[in-house]
Amino acid sequence: MKMKRLLATGLAAMLMAGALAACGSTPASTGTASTPSTAAPASTGAAVGDGKVYYLNFKPEQDEQWQALAKAYTEETGVEVTVLTAASGQYETTLKSEIAKTEAPTLFQVNGPVGLASWKDYCYDLSSSQLYGELSSDEFALKDGDKVAGIAYVIETYGIIYNKGLLEKAGYTQDDIKNFEDLKKVAEDITARSGELGFSAFTSAGMDGSSDWRFKTHLANLPIYYEYKADGISSTDAIKGSYLDNYKAIWDLYINNSTTKPALLSTKTGDDAVAEFVTEQAVFYQNGTWAYNDIADLGDDNLGMLPIYIGAEGEEKQGLCTGTENYWCVNSKASEEDIQATLDFLYWCVTSEEGTTALCTDMGFVIPFKGNLPATNPLVNISNDYIADGYTPVSWNFTTMPSEQWKNDLGSALTGYAAGTSQWDGVVTAFVDGWAKEYAAVNG
Amino acid sequence: MEKAIKRYFPLFIIPTLAAFLIGFIIPFIMGVWLSFCEFTTVQDATFVGFKNYLLAFADETFVHALGFTALFAVVSLVLINVLAFMLAMALTKKLAGTNIFRTIFFMPNLIGGIVLGYIWQLIFNGILSQFDLALNLNAKFGFWGTVILVCWQQIGYMMIIYIAGLQTIPTDVMEAANIDGASGRQRLFRVTLPMMMPSITICTFLSITNGFKLFDQNLSLTGGEPAHATEMLALNIFNTFYSRVGFEGVGQAKAVLFFLLVVGIGLLQLRLTRSKEVQQ
Repeated sequence: MKMKRLLATGLAAMLMAGALAACGSTPASTGTASTPSTAAPASTGAAVGDGKVYYLNFKPEQDEQWQALAKAYTEETGVEVTVLTAASGQYETTLKSEIAKTEAPTLFQVNGPVGLASWKDYCYDLSSSQLYGELSSDEFALKDGDKVAGIAYVIETYGIIYNKGLLEKAGYTQDDIKNFEDLKKVAEDITARSGELGFSAFTSAGMDGSSDWRFKTHLANLPIYYEYKADGISSTDAIKGSYLDNYKAIWDLYINNSTTKPALLSTKTGDDAVAEFVTEQAVFYQNGTWAYNDIADLGDDNLGMLPIYIGAEGEEKQGLCTGTENYWCVNSKASEEDIQATLDFLYWCVTSEEGTTALCTDMGFVIPFKGNLPATNPLVNISNDYIADGYTPVSWNFTTMPSEQWKNDLGSALTGYAAGTSQWDGVVTAFVDGWAKEYAAVNG
Repeated sequence: MEKAIKRYFPLFIIPTLAAFLIGFIIPFIMGVWLSFCEFTTVQDATFVGFKNYLLAFADETFVHALGFTALFAVVSLVLINVLAFMLAMALTKKLAGTNIFRTIFFMPNLIGGIVLGYIWQLIFNGILSQFDLALNLNAKFGFWGTVILVCWQQIGYMMIIYIAGLQTIPTDVMEAANIDGASGRQRLFRVTLPMMMPSITICTFLSITNGFKLFDQNLSLTGGEPAHATEMLALNIFNTFYSRVGFEGVGQAKAVLFFLLVVGIGLLQLRLTRSKEVQQ
């Protein structure tokens, strides 16, 4: 009897241990690690010191290219470069666990001022680095006071990508769309004739986690941009929401003229939208230059981009949304040799022929450095044309959104509004009150 | 021989003890310590006292998650155990193919929670989309969807435990009851159930703690939508940890509270059912 009770207690304790382990453990970071050949040639080894580079990469799309570049650098200089790529959407969790290790990343990235707030103690001051000297414009440096905490390494652009062939079939060209009214007219006309045309205006504005960032973050940038512009500010602790009616107008346009009934948007994924666009079920697809590989099958000449018009004053001269949320930071808690090795590696990446070719051609990046090469990505060229033609690019103000929580709550509110289970007031509350609440929570 | 074992026993427990320390005791102590700190990474913590706990209670999503989880745990506890017991009774009868059925009912348990969540999400949304509805738009759908999923996953497992329990009931007790003229109902409530109490203890313990700790299924089925309405405690803790800069400590504080709750409920439940166990 005693034995049985003891056994039962022991078993219960083990289960309890399981319960604890489940709540105490950090989620497994899935990623791919590879350490390129470590056999450094003895002759060069002495010259470069014994520093190592460990890069925690944010972009899974470019993992292969980074691995190749790391290998090439190791072959050329003998410096060991490790690249680990965090799984999509897992960067913060991976970084948190990786940086706590003895062999911590020497190079990581933050997504702007809000991300910097949590990592600023780990950011090495780059103001005296050669890399900083290579920047084509100071606006691509992320500063914390006088300290250069991060340096942008890729500039990206988003807008409404459209299928030229389909737009022509519907009887329009890009010249017919110069502001929100035009866009609305065209979209509603296509919707009215969608049975006869065989396609819809917009791809599904999916609110699944794989796609909702296009609307709760990227689309929400526009009302924030215009409000900041009107008030002459670059960030705020309490947003007024002066352009929320415009946000509603564009969101209504998206959900009421798409391939999908508004009520079903909550289940639509990013892949659904891509599939609809590539199979020519819809003309418009809101996304950015990074999406080119997904939609390249339509043919480069068939792709165009429109600014996201929301009906703000003076939007005829509004261009695409161009900016960055990718800043390189060097881990200040790494050893001096490792920091130097990392800085050397970065300098090589943005100046050497091999490095710039890898970044600009293989990865398809526009890099904000002097060594930038002409783009092969047609969407990037379209975005350059807009700037050359005198359109004002919309800056990426979503990096000032107070927290992930704010974005998620806005996403829920947008989903509920689209499905008709809640009112637009919910979106306004999430946007305005949520901003103040989250800002206060984070900045306490 | 026995003396040698006694002398060297520390040597034998070292591997297990070390694993237990590294994998459990140390992280647990660190976790409790971190709940009183503000931190970005686990080494760089600054002590802030009870601030995290105050913030945790001030968060209405946490309080809502607590209520939602408790409701879920109770509903799933009852459904899982009643249905598993009924299945076990049916599958210990002398019928053809009981082994095949046991295997089939057990199989869902072999699939991981995340995968199950996505599979059921497809099934539910496939049906709901016929009516222009979706799982993550309505908290009621989310709740019952999760209940169905968890029942489907765990009934088979509990059923196996109950079958094992049923098979240990001595046939002479049943025969005696039969001879004394006990009805089927009396046999079930007066003989079978009291004899089954050890199995019931284990199964109710497992299902109630599983209900409280539910994470994978919650994350993949509804992700807490709409607007945190179906967010359970474990998911709420996870979201707190990662969705705001500087809120890691608050997530940790919630995790400690969560631990106390699960342990408390687990012990209470063990006490209640244990007292009903009879000696065979």
